[in-house]
Amino acid sequence: MRYIPNTDADREQMLSAIGRFSMEELFSDIPQLVKDRFQPLGISSKSELEVRTKLASLTQKNAAASALSFLGGGIYDHYIPSVVQHITSRSEFYTAYTPYQPEISQGTLTTMFEFQTLICELTGMEVANSSMYDGATALAEAAMMAARVTGNRKIAVSLALFAHYRRVLDTYCWASGIEIVDIPTVDYRCDFSHVPSDIGGVIVQSPNAFGVIEDLADVKEAIGNALMIVAVNPVSLSILTPPGEFGADIVTSEGQPFGLPPSFGGPLLGLFATRKAYLRQMPGRLVGQTVDADGKVGYTMAAQTREQHIRRQKATSNICTNAQLCALTATVYLASLGGDGLRDLAMLNLEKAHYMAQQLSDLPGCSLLCDAPFFNEFVLRVPVDPKRIRDGLRVEEILVDDPAQMEALGVTEALRFAVTEKRSKEELDRTVDLVGRML
Amino acid sequence: MRTIFDYRKRNGTGGILPELDVPAKKTTDLIPQDLIRQDKPRIPNLSEPEVVRHYTALSKLNYGVDDGLYPLGSCTMKYNPKVNEDVAHLPGFASIHPAVDPELAQGSLSVVHKMSRLLCGITGMADVTLQPAAGAHGEITGMFLLKRYFEARGETQRTRILLPDSAHGTNPASAATAGFSVTEIRSGADGLVDLNALSGELDETVAGVMLTVPNTLGIFEENIMKITAMVHATGGLCYFDGANLNAFLGHARPGDMGADVFHFNLHKTMSAPHGGGGPGSGPVAVSEALVPFLPVPRVRLDRGRYYLDWEKGQSIGSMHSFYGNFGVFLKAYTYILTLGDEGLYEAGENAVLNANYLQERLKKTYRLPYDRLCKHEFVLTGKGIADGISTLDIAKRLIDYGFHPPTIYFPLIVHEALMIEPTETESRETLDRFAEALEKIASEAQENPDLLHNAPHTAPVRRLDQTRAARNPILTYPFGD
Repeated sequence: MRYIPNTDADREQMLSAIGRFSMEELFSDIPQLVKDRFQPLGISSKSELEVRTKLASLTQKNAAASALSFLGGGIYDHYIPSVVQHITSRSEFYTAYTPYQPEISQGTLTTMFEFQTLICELTGMEVANSSMYDGATALAEAAMMAARVTGNRKIAVSLALFAHYRRVLDTYCWASGIEIVDIPTVDYRCDFSHVPSDIGGVIVQSPNAFGVIEDLADVKEAIGNALMIVAVNPVSLSILTPPGEFGADIVTSEGQPFGLPPSFGGPLLGLFATRKAYLRQMPGRLVGQTVDADGKVGYTMAAQTREQHIRRQKATSNICTNAQLCALTATVYLASLGGDGLRDLAMLNLEKAHYMAQQLSDLPGCSLLCDAPFFNEFVLRVPVDPKRIRDGLRVEEILVDDPAQMEALGVTEALRFAVTEKRSKEELDRTVDLVGRML
Repeated sequence: MRTIFDYRKRNGTGGILPELDVPAKKTTDLIPQDLIRQDKPRIPNLSEPEVVRHYTALSKLNYGVDDGLYPLGSCTMKYNPKVNEDVAHLPGFASIHPAVDPELAQGSLSVVHKMSRLLCGITGMADVTLQPAAGAHGEITGMFLLKRYFEARGETQRTRILLPDSAHGTNPASAATAGFSVTEIRSGADGLVDLNALSGELDETVAGVMLTVPNTLGIFEENIMKITAMVHATGGLCYFDGANLNAFLGHARPGDMGADVFHFNLHKTMSAPHGGGGPGSGPVAVSEALVPFLPVPRVRLDRGRYYLDWEKGQSIGSMHSFYGNFGVFLKAYTYILTLGDEGLYEAGENAVLNANYLQERLKKTYRLPYDRLCKHEFVLTGKGIADGISTLDIAKRLIDYGFHPPTIYFPLIVHEALMIEPTETESRETLDRFAEALEKIASEAQENPDLLHNAPHTAPVRRLDQTRAARNPILTYPFGD
């Protein structure tokens, strides 16, 4: 086996060094009954060439790989600069583990510190953890944290949440005994006037599942002592007022747009930021700046007394490993684009999405779902069965969201489009033209 | 350490993204003024060579498996094969959006389905979910499954989880998040679960027992069949933490031992890289009784076509945004296909041989509190090496010898623990050099204790002030304005 360096001679000498006669003896502590029941998989080993050929052939069955994508709903088709994969492929980064030994983990730790800072800068919050599994579990952790901080196990949740956020939230809230109260929408925006007063937290997504940017200005005041939790699109943050400025207590996000390929939905990157006052109640790993024995600045894991390896059942979360390599990816991505590049990126998304929305809504019988502001995703009402348009576009190798996504949110005869910087004007025009012919 | 925020006052460099090719509009015509961000986030604008050199320099301050032995106990830091990485980066896999029509992602769906079948085979269990994104995420999924199972049976009085005092911290934390209370079971003098202590706690309030097999001392629970039978006899379920699967890979299956839930750590056992702390992949395998409760969507096969089954039924719901860490379990899938039955068997065998070889040699110098056949890892104590020398000192001195230190101060039942897991991908020669270093350190501890107290001497930084980081946490770059 090519991953095992020991030779047969090594193994014999090692066995004799430990006073054993056979390899079987090393497993003498496993009950015979268990060994008797063992059944192999029935697969033989394969060469690297064979395995690679086999797996490459599977990609041929992913017809979506060559298509033009307007899919969104939390995962977006953004351009990834070449620098990103070159850096994240350095094995000093990807073959290391959690920086338990900070003296030989300053690479990971410094980038984690940079990441925390970047997320705070973008969200307008004071403290960010060094990542979570994905946007959905980050939101679920936020709900549990709000219940912990306020001692109130009732959370009000916007009905205009991405379906996958709500699904995971439902699971965690059921299991941890948190009651969910729905916040209805009026004109596809949250109606906070219906939020009950005795709640621990309010969860709102902006831009929401309809692509609409929520008005967050008066939320904090409307919800009293409850924690204000906002799930955002991270790319929008360089041009939209960050939730921190609206008084948000927790900001979560799916960080995939920051340099991660869609990869069939994983690995993803959960972003989680809050206020310093809640530091001791927040989940996830944190890295802090300190000095070494010579007074030289260095980084180490901080505020670990919240964590499971110390607090066990009293920990703020059961999370151990996070999504460090994905956080590194986002860090390098953000550093590559820089503050100005990020603004350009957001503007390209904003302008192109609005251009396409305008062109589509000019088609006969078509209109935008509402006239509320949006970022890079919008919903188009169509005068025909939206599935027909979706299928028709698919034939032309163009992908749009399943209209069932919108139906689940109570909107029929509508299609959601996400437009990123990767879509050229020509692609937008061609798509609009095709939609026009299907009406 | 220099951060990107130390490079200041740069002009925009641009050039990565194209110019706008649709008619430009005024931003305020697109979004209302009050929604437009006023201050700019403080993110520097660097040229590409600066970015590359900055992160390359940082990478050199790290130690990874490719740099040398990384014997962290219970972490299975085995070599991460390069072909796995290349497969996961194939555009035909990486570019697929999770919400795409399943018809257009048959290749990816087949990986999900086939991987689930392989993991069922490896565990000897009925079904698997690939949704959990890490080991602890698998644990919490397992705890949710137990909760739902007992709800469905109307046995809501089962609110307790029993776990041995040698358990990982994630175990009690996961149980608590699911609303269970935790009762610790003492280990016996032999390091195994004390059957009397266990039986004393088992009653109709117990939902289940969480076991790590082999346990965190690296010892196989010889009474495993008795334990699972005892738990089942009182109506409870058996959760197996699979962190240590490498110890019996290709030799035994948890399903044959009576496991009801088993979580994998594919980033440990199945060679996916640890990534500096994630992303991992923590699939959960279950026995027949728990299948109806598995997360949705399920990937199913019907007449040669893979599809997503969203039917919730009795399911706990979803645990992940989509189908789990596809890019990570794809690496593990590549690994299993590469190894085949024979390779899995050899991996388990050599992992155990390497651990026993190292244990036999090191116990002559360091005290081995539980002196018996070990599996893939063993636990020494740094106690008694020399007065005033702690395990931390020994660990830091190992860095000077070019090795990553083992897991230290865990499990909690061994004072000054040094938990060593060499894995099968290390050569005898490397193990000898590592043992030699630990032996030299033991002599140094007697002759020149300051050499240990002040270690490491050769790392990019010297020992860091952890107290300062805890007392006055600086968690973001101090911009100084």
